[in-house]
Amino acid sequence: MEPLREGFFAPRLALCALPRRRKPITAMHIIVCIKQVPDARQVKLDPETHTLIRTGVESIINPYDMYALEEGLRIKERLGGTVTVLTMGPPQAETALREAISYGADEAVLLSDRAFAGADTWATTYTLARGIEKIGPFDLIFCGKQAVDGDTAQVGPGLAERLSLPYAAWVRKIEDLGEGLIRVQRLMDDGYDRLELALPALLTVVKEINEPRVPSLKGKMRAKSQKIPLYGAADIGADLKLTGLAGSYTQVIRVFAPLRAREKEWLTGSVENQVGQLLHKLATRQLIPFDIS
Amino acid sequence: MDYFLTEEQQMIKEIARKIADERIKPVRAELDEKEEFPWEILKVIAQSDLFGVYIPEEYGGFGGGSFENCLAVEELSRACLGVSTSYAASALGAYPLLLYGNEEQKKKYLPQIASGRKLAAFALTESTAGSDAGGIMTTAELKGNDYILNGTKQWITNGGEAEIYTVIAITDRNKGPRGASAFVLEKGDPGFEFGKKESKMGIRASATRELIFNQCRIPKDRLIGREGMGFIVAMKIFDQSRPGVGAQAVGLAQGALEEAVQYARTRIQFGKPIITFQAIQHLLADMATLTEAARALVYSVARYIDSGAKEVSKVSAMAKVFASDVAMKVATDAVQVFGGTGYMRDYPVEKMMRDAKILQIYEGTNQVQRNIIGQELNKEGGRKKG
Amino acid sequence: MGSEILIDLDRCSGCESCLEVCPFSALEMRDGKPVVNEQCTLCGACAEVCPEGAIILPETAPSAGPETGYRGVMVFAEQRLGRLSEVAFELLSKGRELAQLLDAPLTAALLGRNLAPLAAELISQGADRVYAVDHPRVEGFTDEVYGEALTQIIRAVRPEILLAGATPVGRSFIPKVATQVGTGLTADCTDLAIDPEKKVLLQTRPAFGGNIMATIICPLRRPQMATVRARVMKRGAAKPGRPGEVIPFEVDWDRVAGKTRLLEIVEELTEKVRLAEADIIVAGGRGLQEGKNFPLIRELADCLGGAVGASRGAVDSGWISYAHQVGQTGKTVAPKLYLAIGVSGAVQHLVGMQSSETIVAVNSDPHAPIFDVATYGIVGNLFEVVPEMIRQLKAAAGRRE
Repeated sequence: MEPLREGFFAPRLALCALPRRRKPITAMHIIVCIKQVPDARQVKLDPETHTLIRTGVESIINPYDMYALEEGLRIKERLGGTVTVLTMGPPQAETALREAISYGADEAVLLSDRAFAGADTWATTYTLARGIEKIGPFDLIFCGKQAVDGDTAQVGPGLAERLSLPYAAWVRKIEDLGEGLIRVQRLMDDGYDRLELALPALLTVVKEINEPRVPSLKGKMRAKSQKIPLYGAADIGADLKLTGLAGSYTQVIRVFAPLRAREKEWLTGSVENQVGQLLHKLATRQLIPFDIS
Repeated sequence: MDYFLTEEQQMIKEIARKIADERIKPVRAELDEKEEFPWEILKVIAQSDLFGVYIPEEYGGFGGGSFENCLAVEELSRACLGVSTSYAASALGAYPLLLYGNEEQKKKYLPQIASGRKLAAFALTESTAGSDAGGIMTTAELKGNDYILNGTKQWITNGGEAEIYTVIAITDRNKGPRGASAFVLEKGDPGFEFGKKESKMGIRASATRELIFNQCRIPKDRLIGREGMGFIVAMKIFDQSRPGVGAQAVGLAQGALEEAVQYARTRIQFGKPIITFQAIQHLLADMATLTEAARALVYSVARYIDSGAKEVSKVSAMAKVFASDVAMKVATDAVQVFGGTGYMRDYPVEKMMRDAKILQIYEGTNQVQRNIIGQELNKEGGRKKG
Repeated sequence: MGSEILIDLDRCSGCESCLEVCPFSALEMRDGKPVVNEQCTLCGACAEVCPEGAIILPETAPSAGPETGYRGVMVFAEQRLGRLSEVAFELLSKGRELAQLLDAPLTAALLGRNLAPLAAELISQGADRVYAVDHPRVEGFTDEVYGEALTQIIRAVRPEILLAGATPVGRSFIPKVATQVGTGLTADCTDLAIDPEKKVLLQTRPAFGGNIMATIICPLRRPQMATVRARVMKRGAAKPGRPGEVIPFEVDWDRVAGKTRLLEIVEELTEKVRLAEADIIVAGGRGLQEGKNFPLIRELADCLGGAVGASRGAVDSGWISYAHQVGQTGKTVAPKLYLAIGVSGAVQHLVGMQSSETIVAVNSDPHAPIFDVATYGIVGNLFEVVPEMIRQLKAAAGRRE
């Protein structure tokens, strides 16, 4: 497709400001942030009470994070380096990290502390940022587009801001990676934008970017025995006033079942009758541009 | 039922099942309809390390045995026999190298097979030699430093897609049973071509082709073992691979059984799910019992072979013949449970029934298997007296 | 840290109603009585539902009130390639409502080039003031430039509420702004209101894939930020000639990090009728069984002059491209008429279309969840129903001519 118009180019000043590495890209350190979530496909709604039936629902790696992990693994395989997966969660989130190792992640870090619980995006990004600072230097951070339980899609950009990183959200393709720069395609409603970012950078990715792999036998063996460090608030130097529920700027004050009060009509009879009734009603309400009598 | 798998065996099963559910099931109908070779799925299997399950660690494999191979094959077969055949046939092609190859050959070929980078295939059958393996006509003549092969192999699984072929050819017709030898060929060897792809009743995702050797020239280091060992190699590798066919059968039977149970639970006739009717329950009960019995036999035989046992022909034949007969029956009965719906190609069971038939035919027909068992019983009976 | 719900164990009857409603798995039963763990967010769902009144929420007495010196409602008016987005108008309408309840002005932040006509449009749609950044650097969208510009506007103007569209642009840079400014953000709100007592913004959004609704506040920090998806709020009527001010805003560009470059904007328009703006959508799901049956949906859509949508199942099966996907991981739509054909109505799909005015569902399974939201339900074989619809519609069209 022809581009509709040329994009905007930064003035000379900014171009010079883009930091360029002298060394060629080798041995990248990639951090992938993942979240353990309940398997949304298994969560059912109690038809009477409209509440979630959560018993027996397995915990899985947030599906979008799988695409983030896959992209990190592909870059490592192409250019060399290591992939570290990071998660903030309760102690059982460790199983998600082990699962990530079975897919090929090299290292895993668990941020877990009572003080972290109940965090909104603000407190979450604070904690993750401190955790990343503890992990050390990196070239790229990958996040999934959003978590299927929280759905806010805010952690990626918020985390980038905390770490003062350039970022692109909803990346559907990495075009090029080298010499301190990364070129990506960012998904928009009616097409995509092409961006160039200086490394280190953060990307959130969408499903279009790749097809996640399956775990490998060697990976599973490693996942079984690998030591995974658990860092609490003190280990990462986190201020307890800024983590968890205490550090959250937003607060849930009410939870209720969605109102589904709505007229409903079952159309019965032969197929011809059903369709006839339907079209008649829709036409009467002027929803379809036809006169059905 | 718990077969007390080790953690590693459990991992193999889990990975194979994940691939079966997530990658094979969604596309099996399409692969069957289009007779399309499942390269994408084989790539996924390769990445998961499953191709190396039965290959020793020193050659890049996982170091498992027949049992581990059966676990993987069973799960893949539950989803699609065409895909699992492509996977299992590569193992069949690798066994001659594994059991009789020299160090150079093992170092060269096994890592490629273990990583899934290259598929293997085994070639014995010809138009004149099905059950009568001795009737093969393909020759391999030593000329200087090369062997020249002439002849045609028929119905070779993975033919044309594999890159490594282990082939049995006559080196000295006068020596009768000691007149054949095993060779390893590569796609691209001069004078080595493929015939058309066969159109089959079932396992249509699997590629079946003729191998045509027309003055095919290969260096003499491609001989596996010694001259004259050809038929021994063939018989020994079938001993190893028969539990694998048994595992295919168990997997297919399990898949068919599960589909039938699910259908029977949701299909309402006479105001009730049909699974509440005794006729259906008895059908399903027999299907389930036979499947479990087949599984127990296949697992026991695989474990026995892995223990290093010497005389395995009889039990390995039992595993193959029993399980494959069970698979055919269970698949047919599954279609019966589905009724008219089961006959429709929109539903998976008719494919399973078409697929199952080959299990009673390839890698030694069930009649040949019974011959083997009968002959072994005779041998054993003779020993007892003496 | 420290505040937790209190459970009066004497009153508690062990009925476990609290466990069932807790969206955060914060309650577990031990020796027949509930125990709360650190997952609790004090949302109060359990206290509401307890039949014995045995659950008490702690008094949340904030030590300080909200930040002072903030007033007014600001809308980030997104424009792309010289056109204001629909959601900007929808937010102005809602923003006007909120501003009136707070007795405060409604303003808009506008970034781009040649903004005079756009600013005038915003004023006619309700903005009292438009802060306009008319500069080459905001001609194309990059997070760091937009983020820095809006942050500076917020710091200068100090609105108490900031609203933005949950568009690809908004979803991308608004979280950066919230973090940079240091305030709370609630994304994808389906309802906004003002608490009459505390005068704070009540932000309601679906959670857990739309299974429950949560109302959220940002008690202390300002501005209270919220994003809203397109077509959730209703656009008001324009009043040309409405008085309003356009205030050019100077951004300190040196503060922009300069680590991102926009290289190119590539448009890919695949469908004649765009999903997000269609009045009628016909969506197909897995009930169609095979890709070769999907043209039925297209044909019905064509008869009705509507757009084609799809469930995730249909897109994942490769029957139609992702651009047509409706649902949690696809597009949110709210057309006048939505026909769900062979769509089971998984929660993730419902979230994307349940605001449609009229919903027609055709499915062979009478228990399919799609019927929970349908206005008209037809239980039947779609392979009979849809051709019949097409037949009758074509006949009606024929009669019209």
